[in-house]
Amino acid sequence: MPANRTFVVKALSRVEGEGALYVKLDGDRVEHVELNIYEPPRFFESFLRGRSVHEVPDITARICGICPVAYQMSSCHALEQALGIIVTPEIRKLRRLLYCAEWIESHSLHMYLLHAPDFLGYESGISMATDHRAVVEKGLRMKKIGNELLEILGGRAIHPINVTVGGFYRAPNREALKKLLPDLEWGLASAIETLELVSAFEFPDLEMDYDCVSVKHSHEYPMNEGRIVSTSGLDIMVEQYEQYFEERHMPQSTALHSVLLPEGKSYLVGPLARINLCFDQLAPTAKRAAEKCGIEWPSRNNFQSIVARAVEVIDAYEEAVAIVKDYNAEPTQCRIPYTPKAGKGCHATEAPRGLIYHRYRIGDDGLIAEAKIVPPTSQNQGQIESDLRAYVPRVARFDDAVATQKCEHLIRNYDPCISCSTHFLKLTIERG
Amino acid sequence: MARKPKLAVFKFASCDGCQLSLLDAEDELLAVAGAVDIAYFLEARTQQIEGPYDVGLVEGSVTTAHDAARIQEIRKQCRFLVTIGACATAGGIQALRNWADVNDFIDRVYAHPEYIKTLATSTPIADHVTVDFELRGCPINKNQLVDLVASLLHGRKPRVPSYAVCVECKQRQVVCVAVAQGIACLGPVTQAGCGIICPAYNRDCYGCFGPKENANPNSLAGHYLATGKPRGELVRLMRNFNANAKEFRLTSNTVERL
Repeated sequence: MPANRTFVVKALSRVEGEGALYVKLDGDRVEHVELNIYEPPRFFESFLRGRSVHEVPDITARICGICPVAYQMSSCHALEQALGIIVTPEIRKLRRLLYCAEWIESHSLHMYLLHAPDFLGYESGISMATDHRAVVEKGLRMKKIGNELLEILGGRAIHPINVTVGGFYRAPNREALKKLLPDLEWGLASAIETLELVSAFEFPDLEMDYDCVSVKHSHEYPMNEGRIVSTSGLDIMVEQYEQYFEERHMPQSTALHSVLLPEGKSYLVGPLARINLCFDQLAPTAKRAAEKCGIEWPSRNNFQSIVARAVEVIDAYEEAVAIVKDYNAEPTQCRIPYTPKAGKGCHATEAPRGLIYHRYRIGDDGLIAEAKIVPPTSQNQGQIESDLRAYVPRVARFDDAVATQKCEHLIRNYDPCISCSTHFLKLTIERG
Repeated sequence: MARKPKLAVFKFASCDGCQLSLLDAEDELLAVAGAVDIAYFLEARTQQIEGPYDVGLVEGSVTTAHDAARIQEIRKQCRFLVTIGACATAGGIQALRNWADVNDFIDRVYAHPEYIKTLATSTPIADHVTVDFELRGCPINKNQLVDLVASLLHGRKPRVPSYAVCVECKQRQVVCVAVAQGIACLGPVTQAGCGIICPAYNRDCYGCFGPKENANPNSLAGHYLATGKPRGELVRLMRNFNANAKEFRLTSNTVERL
């Protein structure tokens, strides 16, 4: 094997969107790691200017087909803050149910079809199904139930139409939700089995000193609201986000890199960060299952993010069951009326892939004057590169094909959503 | 046994939602994977089998010079080329740049505009190459996608309606939001296929499936203007995910100039 090598992954697979990775090695020394995002930019923040308030959640949903609810929820909350709208506890609960549905759908897709194949040695969930059909079918059914819940609440699974500033256009149908209850209970049981499956995987040994960042709420697992906290002791209001985090534009990508100020450090968002910071807020069944799954929490190994996802799917199913059981009457008011007026608002929620921040300014004409959107993957990008710098020397002894596969596995720990990165990744390993 | 047809899925500028629809067909996915050879589908698998392909599904619009060249190569590789979704069939929401100065858009988002390589327009695939079939929607309807794959396997025409959203509202006896509530709804000029979810959820159709066959959005806009809807609201309603579809584009331009 030559001392100087380059690994190149021209098009990363089993990720959402388009990216590539370039690694240059001199012996075991990593000279350069670069995640190249060539997903064409779409300029959402620019064309949101001049749109009406009610159109925003319909438009921001289109940033990502896998996590549209995250964009819709963040938009709605930020705009509600700008307009002084306070939603009812019933609306708040239905929004949480909607977010549970997206976590279930997105995490089940990632665990079973995209990430588990890395641990079990398959190139895809489709190939995995030839040997483990029942496992893949279980994952597909778990995902389907999440999508069915999205359909009842949102009208459809991808780009829901029933989400609006102030609440919902129509209260979700009580009978349809109740009818889904046996499936949700099956989902909860299957999520617990999923945790047993994935926590028994063999995890590459890569402990990193992560500065985890997530939304944190006093008594519920973070989805729609809370303060922003970190492992290193940050504890701020969402309104202070831009004082502590900065987006930087790197030449290799159409995504912006977020760093934690003042040092300009990279940080970790997503399921592992959330569990590490908000373990006590997990729902009881999820917490018990997490405690006895054999993983030591907090975990500093993001290969165990698949375990964190499984715990979160238990949590999401558990909460969904509780909310649906409690949904005995459709709320008479499911939408708080408002008159568009000038104002500013910002909000952070937890997308399946991590913290997402939106800020809007509404002009005197009642239309959007300014929009800023920080998706999870652009926040994780710096950390992915740091992980790779630490990991590449350990896999350098393998031939290029195997080393590349291992690096791709590491990237998939992050469930990177490159399309999401309104503003995000190519693997080339050069052994030079 | 005859060779299984080779299917490829390609992505251009998009949100991934339409190709996700194939993975969202949870009940059919493994059957589809058994009936066709999923030869190239980066979002779902690492294995990449070289072309030529029997069927190519294309998601997304053309927004870079590189992509404009790439679609030419893909066309050569695919016997049937099918565009899936509003980005591929009309240019998508990112076609809003077609009405703006793209450099101004770049300046608003990026600190270093010089790092960004993009075209001034977002255009549908059919502006660049011959397209054999289009599936509309933002996102597409997964049942239509499964039917399309089955149609291609059986050599029949896909069952996709060309009539308006309104037809299904009448069939299902959903109360008209335009008539009963005075909401400006695009149902009369929008192709059915979504399952009339918006009117059924008590809101306006905002045109995800694009203009229906022989749509007359000028006449509809005239009606809404006459009933007091503001011009700006109608322009914005036409300028959504199918803003660059011909009928919607022309009407939004006409209304804007009034």
